[in-house]
Amino acid sequence: MAEILDKDVVKVKEPLFGKVEKKLLKDPLNDNNPITVQVLGVCSALAVTSVVYPSFVMAIAVVFVCGFSSLFTSLIRNKIPPQVRMIVQLVIIATLVTIVELVLKRFQYPIYRQLTVYIGLIITNCIVMGRLEAFAMANKPWRSFVDGIGNGLGYGAILLIVAFIREFFGKGSLFAGSGLEMKIIGGSPDYFINTMAEGSWFGWYANNNLMVLPAAAMFIIGVLIWVQRSYNPKLVDIS
Amino acid sequence: MTSIVALVLSGLFMGWKDQSAINESIFNKRAILAAVSDHLGGKDAQKMGDDEVNAFFDTNVKQIALDMSGTKLTEEEVSNAGYKGGKAEHIDMAKEKKKPEEERIIPLYIFDAGKEEFYIVTVIGNGLWDNIWGNIALKSDLNTIAGASFDHAGETPGLGAEIKDNPSFPKRFKEKEIYNDDGEYVSVALKKTGAKPSNPHAVDGISGATVTANGVEEMLWRGIQYYEPYFNSIKTTKKSGVRN
Repeated sequence: MAEILDKDVVKVKEPLFGKVEKKLLKDPLNDNNPITVQVLGVCSALAVTSVVYPSFVMAIAVVFVCGFSSLFTSLIRNKIPPQVRMIVQLVIIATLVTIVELVLKRFQYPIYRQLTVYIGLIITNCIVMGRLEAFAMANKPWRSFVDGIGNGLGYGAILLIVAFIREFFGKGSLFAGSGLEMKIIGGSPDYFINTMAEGSWFGWYANNNLMVLPAAAMFIIGVLIWVQRSYNPKLVDIS
Repeated sequence: MTSIVALVLSGLFMGWKDQSAINESIFNKRAILAAVSDHLGGKDAQKMGDDEVNAFFDTNVKQIALDMSGTKLTEEEVSNAGYKGGKAEHIDMAKEKKKPEEERIIPLYIFDAGKEEFYIVTVIGNGLWDNIWGNIALKSDLNTIAGASFDHAGETPGLGAEIKDNPSFPKRFKEKEIYNDDGEYVSVALKKTGAKPSNPHAVDGISGATVTANGVEEMLWRGIQYYEPYFNSIKTTKKSGVRN
Protein backbone atom coordinates (compact mmCIF):
# COMPACT_ATOMS: atom_id res chain seq x y z
CA MET A 1 0.00 0.00 0.00
CA ALA A 2 1.51 3.28 -1.00
CA GLU A 3 1.98 5.99 1.52
CA ILE A 4 -0.45 8.75 1.27
CA LEU A 5 1.56 11.86 1.69
CA ASP A 6 -0.11 14.78 3.33
CA LYS A 7 1.05 17.70 1.38
CA ASP A 8 1.01 21.02 3.15
CA VAL A 9 -1.84 22.94 1.76
CA VAL A 10 -0.23 26.03 0.34
CA LYS A 11 -2.42 28.92 -0.46
CA VAL A 12 -1.48 29.78 -4.01
CA LYS A 13 -2.01 33.38 -4.98
CA GLU A 14 -4.12 33.09 -8.08
CA PRO A 15 -3.03 35.28 -10.95
CA LEU A 16 -5.26 38.21 -11.71
CA PHE A 17 -5.65 37.29 -15.32
CA GLY A 18 -4.99 33.61 -15.47
CA LYS A 19 -6.40 30.97 -17.73
CA VAL A 20 -9.76 30.87 -16.00
CA GLU A 21 -10.29 34.59 -16.34
CA LYS A 22 -9.30 34.58 -19.98
CA LYS A 23 -11.78 31.79 -20.62
CA LEU A 24 -14.49 33.70 -18.76
CA LEU A 25 -13.92 36.67 -21.02
CA LYS A 26 -13.56 34.77 -24.26
CA ASP A 27 -16.36 32.22 -23.98
CA PRO A 28 -19.32 34.60 -23.95
CA LEU A 29 -18.03 36.24 -27.09
CA ASN A 30 -18.41 33.10 -29.14
CA ASP A 31 -18.87 29.68 -27.59
CA ASN A 32 -21.27 30.71 -24.87
CA ASN A 33 -22.71 33.90 -26.26
CA PRO A 34 -25.63 35.10 -24.13
CA ILE A 35 -27.83 35.95 -27.08
CA THR A 36 -27.03 33.36 -29.71
CA VAL A 37 -26.21 30.37 -27.53
CA GLN A 38 -27.80 30.97 -24.14
CA VAL A 39 -30.64 32.88 -25.86
CA LEU A 40 -31.02 35.40 -23.06
CA GLY A 41 -31.68 39.12 -23.35
CA VAL A 42 -33.08 38.95 -26.85
CA CYS A 43 -35.87 41.45 -26.13
CA SER A 44 -33.72 44.53 -25.92
CA ALA A 45 -31.62 43.25 -28.80
CA LEU A 46 -34.70 43.53 -30.98
CA ALA A 47 -35.89 46.89 -29.76
CA VAL A 48 -32.78 49.04 -29.48
CA THR A 49 -30.80 47.97 -32.52
CA SER A 50 -32.42 50.06 -35.23
CA VAL A 51 -29.67 52.66 -34.87
CA VAL A 52 -26.05 52.00 -33.93
CA TYR A 53 -25.30 54.75 -31.42
CA PRO A 54 -28.04 53.89 -28.88
CA SER A 55 -27.11 50.21 -29.19
CA PHE A 56 -23.54 51.13 -28.38
CA VAL A 57 -24.65 53.05 -25.28
CA MET A 58 -26.95 50.18 -24.31
CA ALA A 59 -24.11 47.68 -24.67
CA ILE A 60 -21.84 49.74 -22.41
CA ALA A 61 -24.67 50.05 -19.87
CA VAL A 62 -25.21 46.28 -19.83
CA VAL A 63 -21.48 45.57 -19.48
CA PHE A 64 -21.37 47.94 -16.52
CA VAL A 65 -24.50 46.54 -14.84
CA CYS A 66 -23.66 42.90 -15.49
CA GLY A 67 -20.07 43.24 -14.28
CA PHE A 68 -20.72 45.22 -11.15
CA SER A 69 -23.87 43.37 -10.11
CA SER A 70 -21.94 40.12 -10.39
CA LEU A 71 -19.16 41.67 -8.33
CA PHE A 72 -21.41 42.96 -5.55
CA THR A 73 -23.54 39.82 -5.43
CA SER A 74 -20.46 37.65 -5.21
CA LEU A 75 -19.07 39.79 -2.40
CA ILE A 76 -22.13 39.15 -0.22
CA ARG A 77 -23.04 35.73 -1.58
CA ASN A 78 -22.47 33.93 1.70
CA LYS A 79 -24.41 36.41 3.75
CA ILE A 80 -27.70 36.50 1.84
CA PRO A 81 -30.48 34.51 3.48
CA PRO A 82 -31.75 32.02 0.88
CA GLN A 83 -35.34 33.17 1.19
CA VAL A 84 -34.59 36.70 -0.02
CA ARG A 85 -31.88 35.81 -2.49
CA MET A 86 -33.68 37.05 -5.58
CA ILE A 87 -34.90 40.21 -3.91
CA VAL A 88 -31.39 41.19 -2.88
CA GLN A 89 -30.12 40.51 -6.40
CA LEU A 90 -32.90 42.66 -7.77
CA VAL A 91 -32.02 45.54 -5.46
CA ILE A 92 -28.40 45.42 -6.60
CA ILE A 93 -29.35 45.35 -10.28
CA ALA A 94 -31.95 48.10 -9.89
CA THR A 95 -29.50 50.36 -8.06
CA LEU A 96 -26.88 49.99 -10.77
CA VAL A 97 -29.39 50.62 -13.53
CA THR A 98 -30.61 53.74 -11.74
CA ILE A 99 -27.01 54.94 -11.53
CA VAL A 100 -26.69 54.42 -15.29
CA GLU A 101 -29.88 56.43 -15.86
CA LEU A 102 -28.70 59.28 -13.65
CA VAL A 103 -25.31 59.39 -15.37
CA LEU A 104 -26.94 59.49 -18.80
CA LYS A 105 -29.37 62.19 -17.71
CA ARG A 106 -26.49 64.29 -16.49
CA PHE A 107 -23.96 63.78 -19.25
CA GLN A 108 -25.76 62.67 -22.40
CA TYR A 109 -29.35 63.92 -22.23
CA PRO A 110 -30.41 63.33 -25.88
CA ILE A 111 -29.40 59.67 -25.66
CA TYR A 112 -31.23 59.38 -22.37
CA ARG A 113 -34.39 60.58 -24.12
CA GLN A 114 -33.91 58.18 -26.96
CA LEU A 115 -33.34 55.19 -24.69
CA THR A 116 -35.76 56.03 -21.84
CA VAL A 117 -37.63 52.77 -21.45
CA TYR A 118 -34.85 50.49 -22.58
CA ILE A 119 -32.35 51.46 -19.92
CA GLY A 120 -34.96 50.68 -17.29
CA LEU A 121 -35.53 47.33 -18.96
CA ILE A 122 -31.94 46.30 -18.30
CA ILE A 123 -33.28 45.38 -14.87
CA THR A 124 -35.39 42.69 -16.48
CA ASN A 125 -32.66 41.64 -18.89
CA CYS A 126 -32.28 37.90 -18.35
CA ILE A 127 -28.54 38.00 -18.91
CA VAL A 128 -27.93 39.95 -15.74
CA MET A 129 -30.10 37.84 -13.46
CA GLY A 130 -29.02 34.72 -15.31
CA ARG A 131 -25.33 35.30 -14.64
CA LEU A 132 -25.98 36.24 -11.03
CA GLU A 133 -27.78 32.97 -10.39
CA ALA A 134 -25.54 30.78 -12.50
CA PHE A 135 -22.16 32.17 -11.58
CA ALA A 136 -21.94 35.00 -9.08
CA MET A 137 -23.76 33.16 -6.31
CA ALA A 138 -21.18 30.39 -6.38
CA ASN A 139 -17.92 32.04 -7.32
CA LYS A 140 -15.38 34.48 -6.03
CA PRO A 141 -15.78 38.23 -6.57
CA TRP A 142 -13.03 38.89 -9.11
CA ARG A 143 -14.05 35.89 -11.22
CA SER A 144 -17.70 36.90 -11.08
CA PHE A 145 -16.79 40.41 -12.15
CA VAL A 146 -14.85 39.11 -15.15
CA ASP A 147 -17.69 36.74 -16.03
CA GLY A 148 -20.19 39.59 -15.88
CA ILE A 149 -18.01 41.79 -18.08
CA GLY A 150 -17.51 38.93 -20.53
CA ASN A 151 -21.21 38.26 -20.88
CA GLY A 152 -21.94 41.95 -21.23
CA LEU A 153 -19.35 42.12 -24.01
CA GLY A 154 -20.88 39.09 -25.74
CA TYR A 155 -24.27 40.78 -25.64
CA GLY A 156 -22.72 44.02 -26.84
CA ALA A 157 -20.99 42.33 -29.76
CA ILE A 158 -24.25 40.86 -31.06
CA LEU A 159 -26.06 44.15 -30.48
CA LEU A 160 -23.51 46.04 -32.53
CA ILE A 161 -23.50 43.53 -35.38
CA VAL A 162 -27.29 43.63 -35.64
CA ALA A 163 -27.37 47.41 -35.32
CA PHE A 164 -24.73 47.93 -38.00
CA ILE A 165 -26.70 45.80 -40.44
CA ARG A 166 -30.04 47.35 -39.57
CA GLU A 167 -28.91 50.94 -39.67
CA PHE A 168 -26.83 50.55 -42.80
CA PHE A 169 -29.53 48.83 -44.83
CA GLY A 170 -32.46 50.56 -43.19
CA LYS A 171 -31.21 54.13 -43.18
CA GLY A 172 -27.99 54.22 -45.14
CA SER A 173 -26.05 55.83 -42.32
CA LEU A 174 -23.99 54.77 -39.33
CA PHE A 175 -23.85 56.31 -35.88
CA ALA A 176 -26.73 58.62 -36.63
CA GLY A 177 -27.52 60.76 -33.63
CA SER A 178 -24.00 60.88 -32.29
CA GLY A 179 -21.43 63.49 -33.21
CA LEU A 180 -19.76 61.12 -35.65
CA GLU A 181 -22.57 60.36 -38.01
CA MET A 182 -21.47 58.81 -41.27
CA LYS A 183 -24.05 59.21 -43.99
CA ILE A 184 -23.14 56.56 -46.48
CA ILE A 185 -25.81 55.94 -49.07
CA GLY A 186 -28.97 57.87 -49.63
CA GLY A 187 -30.96 60.24 -51.74
CA SER A 188 -29.52 63.60 -50.92
CA PRO A 189 -26.17 65.32 -51.38
CA ASP A 190 -25.24 64.88 -47.68
CA TYR A 191 -24.60 61.24 -48.32
CA PHE A 192 -21.27 59.81 -49.41
CA ILE A 193 -23.00 57.89 -52.19
CA ASN A 194 -25.78 60.05 -53.50
CA THR A 195 -28.31 57.82 -55.19
CA MET A 196 -30.13 60.78 -56.69
CA ALA A 197 -27.07 62.29 -58.31
CA GLU A 198 -26.83 62.48 -62.09
CA GLY A 199 -25.39 59.29 -63.56
CA SER A 200 -25.10 57.59 -60.17
CA TRP A 201 -24.53 53.82 -60.36
CA PHE A 202 -26.83 53.43 -57.39
CA GLY A 203 -29.93 55.13 -58.71
CA TRP A 204 -31.90 51.93 -58.19
CA TYR A 205 -31.03 51.73 -54.47
CA ALA A 206 -33.76 52.34 -51.91
CA ASN A 207 -33.52 51.91 -48.15
CA ASN A 208 -34.88 48.59 -46.91
CA ASN A 209 -37.74 49.67 -44.67
CA LEU A 210 -38.10 46.21 -43.14
CA MET A 211 -34.77 46.81 -41.41
CA VAL A 212 -36.29 49.64 -39.40
CA LEU A 213 -38.87 47.35 -37.78
CA PRO A 214 -37.91 45.06 -34.86
CA ALA A 215 -38.83 41.96 -36.85
CA ALA A 216 -35.70 42.46 -38.93
CA ALA A 217 -33.57 42.10 -35.79
CA MET A 218 -35.16 38.74 -35.18
CA PHE A 219 -34.30 37.58 -38.70
CA ILE A 220 -30.74 38.84 -38.41
CA ILE A 221 -30.21 37.15 -35.04
CA GLY A 222 -31.63 33.94 -36.52
CA VAL A 223 -29.15 34.13 -39.36
CA LEU A 224 -26.32 34.87 -36.90
CA ILE A 225 -27.23 31.80 -34.84
CA TRP A 226 -27.26 29.72 -38.00
CA VAL A 227 -23.88 31.01 -39.19
CA GLN A 228 -22.33 30.62 -35.75
CA ARG A 229 -23.51 27.06 -35.35
CA SER A 230 -22.32 26.05 -38.77
CA TYR A 231 -18.81 27.35 -38.33
CA ASN A 232 -18.11 26.84 -34.64
CA PRO A 233 -17.16 23.18 -34.13
CA LYS A 234 -18.15 23.20 -30.46
CA LEU A 235 -21.70 24.22 -31.24
CA VAL A 236 -22.44 22.02 -34.21
CA ASP A 237 -24.46 19.27 -32.53
CA ILE A 238 -25.62 20.81 -29.30
CA SER A 239 -29.31 21.25 -30.07
CA MET B 1 -27.67 47.32 2.57
CA THR B 2 -30.83 49.17 1.59
CA SER B 3 -29.68 52.22 3.51
CA ILE B 4 -26.39 52.34 1.59
CA VAL B 5 -28.27 52.01 -1.68
CA ALA B 6 -30.72 54.74 -0.71
CA LEU B 7 -27.91 57.10 0.30
CA VAL B 8 -25.89 56.54 -2.85
CA LEU B 9 -28.84 56.97 -5.19
CA SER B 10 -30.29 60.02 -3.50
CA GLY B 11 -26.83 61.57 -3.31
CA LEU B 12 -26.23 61.12 -7.02
CA PHE B 13 -29.70 62.34 -7.87
CA MET B 14 -29.46 65.50 -5.76
CA GLY B 15 -25.96 66.22 -6.94
CA TRP B 16 -26.89 66.06 -10.56
CA LYS B 17 -30.44 67.36 -10.42
CA ASP B 18 -29.60 70.88 -11.54
CA GLN B 19 -27.54 69.90 -14.51
CA SER B 20 -30.18 67.35 -15.54
CA ALA B 21 -32.83 70.06 -15.44
CA ILE B 22 -30.61 72.31 -17.56
CA ASN B 23 -30.07 69.47 -20.02
CA GLU B 24 -33.80 68.95 -20.25
CA SER B 25 -34.55 72.61 -20.90
CA ILE B 26 -31.92 72.76 -23.67
CA PHE B 27 -33.44 69.63 -25.22
CA ASN B 28 -36.86 71.31 -25.22
CA LYS B 29 -35.44 74.51 -26.71
CA ARG B 30 -33.91 72.55 -29.55
CA ALA B 31 -37.31 70.98 -30.22
CA ILE B 32 -38.92 74.42 -30.32
CA LEU B 33 -36.27 75.76 -32.69
CA ALA B 34 -36.70 72.66 -34.84
CA ALA B 35 -40.25 73.82 -35.56
CA VAL B 36 -38.83 76.85 -37.36
CA SER B 37 -35.83 75.02 -38.77
CA ASP B 38 -36.06 76.74 -42.14
CA HIS B 39 -35.79 80.18 -40.65
CA LEU B 40 -32.78 79.83 -38.39
CA GLY B 41 -30.48 81.47 -40.91
CA GLY B 42 -28.88 78.25 -42.04
CA LYS B 43 -28.26 76.88 -38.56
CA ASP B 44 -29.32 73.40 -37.55
CA ALA B 45 -31.00 73.17 -34.14
CA GLN B 46 -29.53 69.72 -33.51
CA LYS B 47 -25.98 70.71 -34.36
CA MET B 48 -25.77 73.91 -32.34
CA GLY B 49 -23.88 73.65 -29.08
CA ASP B 50 -25.69 73.97 -25.75
CA ASP B 51 -24.57 77.52 -25.06
CA GLU B 52 -25.39 78.55 -28.59
CA VAL B 53 -28.93 77.24 -28.22
CA ASN B 54 -29.41 79.18 -25.00
CA ALA B 55 -27.94 82.38 -26.43
CA PHE B 56 -29.95 82.12 -29.63
CA PHE B 57 -33.11 81.46 -27.69
CA ASP B 58 -32.56 84.36 -25.31
CA THR B 59 -31.89 86.89 -28.04
CA ASN B 60 -34.47 85.87 -30.63
CA VAL B 61 -37.36 84.23 -28.82
CA LYS B 62 -39.85 85.99 -26.58
CA GLN B 63 -41.53 83.68 -24.08
CA ILE B 64 -45.07 84.22 -22.85
CA ALA B 65 -47.08 82.06 -20.50
CA LEU B 66 -50.84 82.13 -20.99
CA ASP B 67 -53.77 80.80 -19.09
CA MET B 68 -56.87 79.32 -20.70
CA SER B 69 -58.65 82.64 -21.08
CA GLY B 70 -55.80 84.12 -23.08
CA THR B 71 -54.37 86.35 -20.37
CA LYS B 72 -50.63 86.72 -20.13
CA LEU B 73 -49.22 85.48 -16.86
CA THR B 74 -46.43 87.14 -14.92
CA GLU B 75 -43.33 85.28 -13.86
CA GLU B 76 -44.66 85.23 -10.33
CA GLU B 77 -47.88 83.54 -11.36
CA VAL B 78 -45.95 80.89 -13.31
CA SER B 79 -43.72 80.26 -10.29
CA ASN B 80 -46.80 79.93 -8.12
CA ALA B 81 -48.13 77.31 -10.49
CA GLY B 82 -45.15 75.23 -9.45
CA TYR B 83 -42.45 76.16 -11.95
CA LYS B 84 -39.35 77.69 -10.42
CA GLY B 85 -37.87 80.16 -12.86
CA GLY B 86 -41.20 81.55 -13.88
CA LYS B 87 -40.67 81.44 -17.62
CA ALA B 88 -42.72 79.70 -20.27
CA GLU B 89 -39.85 77.33 -20.97
CA HIS B 90 -40.21 75.86 -17.48
CA ILE B 91 -43.83 74.80 -17.95
CA ASP B 92 -44.09 71.03 -17.92
CA MET B 93 -46.74 70.08 -20.48
CA ALA B 94 -47.21 66.59 -19.10
CA LYS B 95 -47.88 68.01 -15.66
CA GLU B 96 -50.35 70.52 -17.07
CA LYS B 97 -52.14 67.76 -18.93
CA LYS B 98 -53.09 66.19 -15.63
CA LYS B 99 -54.84 69.33 -14.41
CA PRO B 100 -58.46 70.05 -15.31
CA GLU B 101 -58.64 71.90 -18.60
CA GLU B 102 -59.63 75.29 -17.21
CA GLU B 103 -56.67 75.46 -14.85
CA ARG B 104 -53.88 74.77 -17.34
CA ILE B 105 -51.25 77.25 -18.37
CA ILE B 106 -49.61 77.09 -21.77
CA PRO B 107 -46.39 78.48 -23.22
CA LEU B 108 -46.12 80.64 -26.33
CA TYR B 109 -42.84 81.44 -28.05
CA ILE B 110 -42.58 84.36 -30.42
CA PHE B 111 -39.57 83.95 -32.66
CA ASP B 112 -38.29 87.09 -34.34
CA ALA B 113 -36.53 86.08 -37.53
CA GLY B 114 -35.81 89.60 -38.66
CA LYS B 115 -38.10 89.86 -41.63
CA GLU B 116 -40.96 87.88 -40.09
CA GLU B 117 -42.33 86.73 -36.79
CA PHE B 118 -43.35 83.19 -35.90
CA TYR B 119 -45.65 82.11 -33.10
CA ILE B 120 -44.68 78.71 -31.76
CA VAL B 121 -47.33 76.87 -29.74
CA THR B 122 -46.91 73.69 -27.75
CA VAL B 123 -49.56 71.00 -27.81
CA ILE B 124 -49.79 67.68 -25.99
CA GLY B 125 -52.08 64.71 -26.47
CA ASN B 126 -52.44 60.95 -26.22
CA GLY B 127 -50.61 58.55 -28.48
CA LEU B 128 -51.11 54.81 -28.43
CA TRP B 129 -48.96 54.05 -25.40
CA ASP B 130 -48.23 57.35 -23.69
CA ASN B 131 -48.08 61.11 -24.25
CA ILE B 132 -47.24 62.70 -27.56
CA TRP B 133 -46.49 66.38 -27.96
CA GLY B 134 -45.44 68.88 -30.56
CA ASN B 135 -44.35 72.43 -31.26
CA ILE B 136 -46.24 74.08 -34.10
CA ALA B 137 -44.92 77.31 -35.62
CA LEU B 138 -47.49 79.68 -37.09
CA LYS B 139 -46.70 82.58 -39.36
CA SER B 140 -47.68 86.06 -38.33
CA ASP B 141 -51.09 85.66 -39.97
CA LEU B 142 -51.72 83.12 -37.17
CA ASN B 143 -53.21 80.83 -39.79
CA THR B 144 -50.47 79.26 -41.89
CA ILE B 145 -48.18 76.66 -40.37
CA ALA B 146 -44.51 77.39 -40.95
CA GLY B 147 -43.19 74.17 -39.47
CA ALA B 148 -43.60 71.63 -36.71
CA SER B 149 -41.66 69.24 -34.53
CA PHE B 150 -43.08 66.27 -32.66
CA ASP B 151 -41.98 63.93 -29.91
CA HIS B 152 -43.41 61.05 -27.95
CA ALA B 153 -42.95 59.24 -24.68
CA GLY B 154 -43.22 55.66 -25.83
CA GLU B 155 -44.59 55.04 -29.29
CA THR B 156 -43.52 52.07 -31.39
CA PRO B 157 -40.38 52.59 -33.47
CA GLY B 158 -41.21 52.48 -37.15
CA LEU B 159 -44.89 53.19 -36.52
CA GLY B 160 -46.01 55.81 -34.02
CA ALA B 161 -42.44 56.93 -33.45
CA GLU B 162 -42.31 58.10 -37.07
CA ILE B 163 -43.76 61.41 -35.89
CA LYS B 164 -40.32 62.09 -34.48
CA ASP B 165 -37.90 59.81 -36.29
CA ASN B 166 -39.06 60.49 -39.82
CA PRO B 167 -37.94 63.98 -40.88
CA SER B 168 -40.55 64.10 -43.62
CA PHE B 169 -43.50 63.87 -41.23
CA PRO B 170 -43.29 67.40 -39.74
CA LYS B 171 -42.56 68.77 -43.21
CA ARG B 172 -46.04 67.71 -44.34
CA PHE B 173 -47.53 70.45 -42.18
CA LYS B 174 -45.77 73.33 -43.90
CA GLU B 175 -48.06 75.84 -45.56
CA LYS B 176 -51.17 74.13 -44.20
CA GLU B 177 -53.80 76.39 -42.71
CA ILE B 178 -55.86 76.10 -39.58
CA TYR B 179 -58.68 78.47 -40.54
CA ASN B 180 -60.72 77.96 -43.67
CA ASP B 181 -61.81 80.71 -46.05
CA ASP B 182 -64.87 81.50 -43.95
CA GLY B 183 -62.70 82.13 -40.94
CA GLU B 184 -63.81 78.96 -39.20
CA TYR B 185 -61.30 76.95 -37.17
CA VAL B 186 -60.77 73.62 -38.86
CA SER B 187 -57.20 72.67 -37.81
CA VAL B 188 -55.29 70.11 -39.85
CA ALA B 189 -56.51 66.54 -40.27
CA LEU B 190 -54.38 63.44 -40.87
CA LYS B 191 -55.87 61.39 -43.68
CA LYS B 192 -55.18 57.66 -43.68
CA THR B 193 -55.84 57.34 -47.38
CA GLY B 194 -53.58 60.23 -48.22
CA ALA B 195 -54.34 63.90 -48.64
CA LYS B 196 -54.06 66.01 -51.78
CA PRO B 197 -51.21 68.50 -51.64
CA SER B 198 -53.68 71.19 -52.68
CA ASN B 199 -55.84 70.60 -49.61
CA PRO B 200 -54.76 73.18 -47.05
CA HIS B 201 -56.39 71.42 -44.13
CA ALA B 202 -55.16 67.82 -44.41
CA VAL B 203 -51.92 65.88 -44.54
CA ASP B 204 -51.04 62.22 -45.14
CA GLY B 205 -51.40 59.94 -42.14
CA ILE B 206 -48.95 57.23 -41.06
CA SER B 207 -49.37 53.65 -42.29
CA GLY B 208 -49.83 51.25 -39.43
CA ALA B 209 -50.01 54.00 -36.82
CA THR B 210 -53.71 54.82 -36.77
CA VAL B 211 -54.02 55.55 -33.08
CA THR B 212 -50.95 57.79 -33.00
CA ALA B 213 -52.12 59.65 -36.11
CA ASN B 214 -55.55 60.13 -34.58
CA GLY B 215 -53.80 61.33 -31.46
CA VAL B 216 -51.83 63.92 -33.43
CA GLU B 217 -55.00 65.12 -35.16
CA GLU B 218 -56.87 65.45 -31.86
CA MET B 219 -53.88 67.08 -30.19
CA LEU B 220 -53.70 69.74 -32.90
CA TRP B 221 -57.46 70.31 -32.91
CA ARG B 222 -57.69 70.78 -29.15
CA GLY B 223 -54.26 72.18 -28.39
CA ILE B 224 -54.24 75.04 -30.87
CA GLN B 225 -57.73 76.04 -29.72
CA TYR B 226 -56.32 76.78 -26.27
CA TYR B 227 -54.40 79.66 -27.86
CA GLU B 228 -57.40 81.11 -29.69
CA PRO B 229 -58.42 83.61 -27.00
CA TYR B 230 -54.94 85.15 -26.98
CA PHE B 231 -54.64 85.08 -30.77
CA ASN B 232 -58.01 86.79 -31.14
CA SER B 233 -56.90 89.51 -28.76
CA ILE B 234 -53.71 90.22 -30.70
CA LYS B 235 -55.48 90.05 -34.04
CA THR B 236 -57.72 92.92 -32.98
CA THR B 237 -54.73 94.94 -31.76
CA LYS B 238 -52.95 94.20 -35.02
CA LYS B 239 -55.94 95.39 -37.02
CA SER B 240 -56.02 98.63 -35.11
CA GLY B 241 -52.36 99.10 -35.93
CA VAL B 242 -51.03 98.67 -32.42
CA ARG B 243 -48.11 96.22 -32.28
CA ASN B 244 -48.04 94.18 -29.08
